[in-house]
Amino acid sequence: MTSPSTTVATPARAGVATRPFSSFLSRHPRLRLTFLLSAPLLWLVLIYVVALAALLVTALWTTDAFTGEIQRTWSLDNIRTVLTESLYRTVTLRTLGVAAAVTVIDLLLALPIAFFMSKVASPRARRMLVVAVLTPLWASYLVKAFAWRSLLSTGGLVEWVAEPFGIQTPGYGLVALVITMSYIWLPYVILPIYAGFERVPDSLLEASGDLGGSAGQTIRHVVMPMLVPAIIAGSIFSFSLTLGDYIAVNIVGGTNQMLGNLVYTNVGAANNLPLAAAIALIPITIMIVFLAAVKRTGALENL
Amino acid sequence: MILSRRVRWLLAGTTVLILAFMYLPLLVVVANSFNPNQAMTWPPDGFTLEWWQRAAQSEGARDAVLTSVRVALIATGVALVLGTLLSLALQRFEFFGKSSVNLLVILPIALPGIVTGIALNNAFTGILDVQLSIFTLVVAHATFCIVTVFNNVQARLRRTGSSLEEASADLGAGVWTTFRLVTFPQLRSALLAGGLLAFALSFDEIIVTTFTVGAGTTTLPIWILSNLFRPNQAPVVNVVAVVLIIVSIVPIWLAQRLSGDTDGRR
Repeated sequence: MTSPSTTVATPARAGVATRPFSSFLSRHPRLRLTFLLSAPLLWLVLIYVVALAALLVTALWTTDAFTGEIQRTWSLDNIRTVLTESLYRTVTLRTLGVAAAVTVIDLLLALPIAFFMSKVASPRARRMLVVAVLTPLWASYLVKAFAWRSLLSTGGLVEWVAEPFGIQTPGYGLVALVITMSYIWLPYVILPIYAGFERVPDSLLEASGDLGGSAGQTIRHVVMPMLVPAIIAGSIFSFSLTLGDYIAVNIVGGTNQMLGNLVYTNVGAANNLPLAAAIALIPITIMIVFLAAVKRTGALENL
Repeated sequence: MILSRRVRWLLAGTTVLILAFMYLPLLVVVANSFNPNQAMTWPPDGFTLEWWQRAAQSEGARDAVLTSVRVALIATGVALVLGTLLSLALQRFEFFGKSSVNLLVILPIALPGIVTGIALNNAFTGILDVQLSIFTLVVAHATFCIVTVFNNVQARLRRTGSSLEEASADLGAGVWTTFRLVTFPQLRSALLAGGLLAFALSFDEIIVTTFTVGAGTTTLPIWILSNLFRPNQAPVVNVVAVVLIIVSIVPIWLAQRLSGDTDGRR
C-alpha cells in the first residue's frame, strides 16, 4: 500500500500538464458521470427496455386464426383471455405457490449454513466452505434436474433409502419440482446471505454480548436488521428463477404446468406470440409488485 | 456473540447436513457415469468406463464446451466493463433517476428467464431484423451478467469508501491514473468474484439461450438438453457434468485464495 503512492506522485503531477483532458474531467464531475453512465445505459435501454416495451406492445396484437400471421391491430383480447380464463388463474396460483415454497425452503437452508460459514467457522474452514458451496453451481442446471429425476424415479436412490422405512418416493410432480428447484437455486441464495453476514462486524456482535444480549436477542436486534437486504437479494433469485422455469417442470414436474410452460408452448408449438406476451405479463407484474414491495426496505440499493 | 457449545455443534451439524443435500445428487451423477445400466437405477449394476471413453471421443460435446466458453468469456468481458462503469457512477455520484438506473440493472435477472428470452427474441427477429447468431447470444448473456459484476463491485466500493481516491486527486493524479493505481487494485478481487459468477451464469444459461441462439450454434446446455432424453447418450452427459465440476474447482479455489488474501489485509 505504501510503495505505489510514492511512485505515483511524480508522473501524476506531470500528468496535469500533459493530459488536459484528464484534468478537465476531474474538474467536471457531471461530465465524468456522463462518461461513466452513457455506455451501460445505452446498452440496457437500447437492448432491454426497448425489447420489454416491444413485448408489451405485442401483447396487444392478435394472430390470424387461420394463417397464424400476427395482425398489428390493437386489441385487448389476449389480456382479457389471460385475466378471465380459469386455466391462467390456476397455473398462476400454482406457479406462485411453487416459487414461494422454493424461496422459503432455500432461506431456511441458507440462513444457518451462511451464519456458520461467516461467524462460527475458522477462516480456513470458511474458505473451504465457500468453495464447497460454489462448486455445485458449475454442474449444469440440466444435469442437476436430471439427477433428481433419477433420484426420485422408481428404482432410484430415494426409493432405495426410504423403502425400508415404509416411505415412498414422491415420484414426479409438484413435490419433486419444489425439491429440485430448491436444490438448484440454493447456492444462489446462500451466496448473498453469506455476503450479508460478512457485512455484520464481529465487534457489533461482541458489543451486544458484552451488554448482556443473548444469542437470540443479538440475532433479532443486531443481525437481522442488517441482513434483510441480503435475504431479499437471495429471494429475488430463487423466486424469479422458479417463476419462469419450464424445463425442470418438464423433467420432474409430472403433468403439471407452470407459467413458463404456457409461455413456451404459445411461442413454439402454438405460434401465438401475442398470447405468449400477454401470459408473460403475469410474471412481469408479479416481479414488479415484488420489487416495488422490497424497494421501500432499501434492499435494491444493497443487493 | 456468545454461542453455547451446543449451539455451535448444532450449527455445524446443520451445515454438514445441508452440504450432504448439495452433494448427494452430484455423487449420484458421478456414480451414474460409471453405471452400465442406462436407466440409472440405484444401486448401480456394476462398473464401466464405456461412457467415459465415449465422452472423450464426443466431438459434439467438445465443440459445445468450446462455444460455451467463448460466449461466456465475451459476455463476462462486456459485463465487467459495463458493470464497473455503472457501479462507479451509482456509488460515487448523486443524480436524478439513480434508483431507476439501479432497477434497470437488476431487471434482466429479476424478470424470469423466459420473459427475457422472448423479449430479446422478439426484439432481434421482429424489430431489428437481425439473424440470431452467436452475436445475439453474447448480447443477451452480457445483458443479464452485468448485474453480478455490478453487485460485487458496488459492495466493494461501499466498503472501501472514497477517501483514497480523493487523496489521489488532491495529490494531482488524473482521473485515469487514480482509477488505474488506486481504484482498480481495490476492486480486483471483487471483479474476479463478479466475473466468475457472470461466467457461471452465462455458461449454464439454457432458457435465454434457447430463444437467442442461431440455428447452427450449440452451447453446452443445448447439447445436454438434446442428449439427456436419449437413453444411450444420457450417461455421456453425466461424464461431461462430472468433468465440468472437477475442472471448475480450480478457478473457484484460486478466486477464493485471492479474495481471501485481500480480506486478510483489511
